[in-house]
Amino acid sequence: MDVSWYLVLSALLFAIGAGGVLIRRSPLVILLCLELMLNAGNLALLAFSRANGNEDGQVFALVVMVVAACEVVVGLGLIVAMFRRRLPLNVDDMRELRG
Amino acid sequence: MEVIAFFAGAIGALGGAIAVIALRNPFYSVLALVVHLVSLAGLFLMLHAEFIAAAQIVVYAGAVMVLYVFVAAYVGGIEEPIWEPIPGQRLLAPLLVGALFAELSIAVLGTALSSLDTEGPTVQIGFGSPGQIGRLFLERFLVVFEASSMLLLVAAVGAIVLAGRRRDDDASATGRGHEAEAA
Repeated sequence: MDVSWYLVLSALLFAIGAGGVLIRRSPLVILLCLELMLNAGNLALLAFSRANGNEDGQVFALVVMVVAACEVVVGLGLIVAMFRRRLPLNVDDMRELRG
Repeated sequence: MEVIAFFAGAIGALGGAIAVIALRNPFYSVLALVVHLVSLAGLFLMLHAEFIAAAQIVVYAGAVMVLYVFVAAYVGGIEEPIWEPIPGQRLLAPLLVGALFAELSIAVLGTALSSLDTEGPTVQIGFGSPGQIGRLFLERFLVVFEASSMLLLVAAVGAIVLAGRRRDDDASATGRGHEAEAA
């Protein structure tokens, strides 16, 4: 398979993730859609790494996975904190930074 | 054979991604994301990224998704209002998604990179193996490696601070008995 197929697939997955962020209102699902976008980026990085025959892109993809894990941990911590304080779990109602 | 494997992985990844944004129950969305991640790991294997594929299964589909499942079960079903904060949002979003996909595809396919229309150069045995990735991490990308370990530590501490039960929350929840106990 040509590398360009992987890149087009990654563009499609990224677009789907972006659409999820635009449409859904629940913070948990928005985090899931961010995961979709990060994984689409990873697929593109690995495809480029394959096209160049160089492993640097794979190291980059691993670092992206680390950053995604950190984002998930902090985001889920925020969701749990919102739930404990009985705040509405809806990103449109959470407009203020004031706790 | 390779074409069949690619399309099987692509259909799994696309179906999982669409299910994540289409299912109403967040719990099912998390399970759909597991399907997506496993299919994507298969595609990573076809790109000769064996270590990344294994890490994808172990770290993502294993650890991170367990975290999601626990939080989805803890928070419970989140009701999303039918009301749209921006009029026409649900109609406008698919149009923007289509535009984004067209733009990205044009950007990828319009490049003059000749290597994109090939399967990539033949690579030596061990390309993408844990040994090679580990060597890169400990030699060329040592600073990146240390920085990401610091980032993980900071994120873990931050999550404990954010989600941990505070003393004043406890006091308001259990009343005076807790204060007396603390004193």
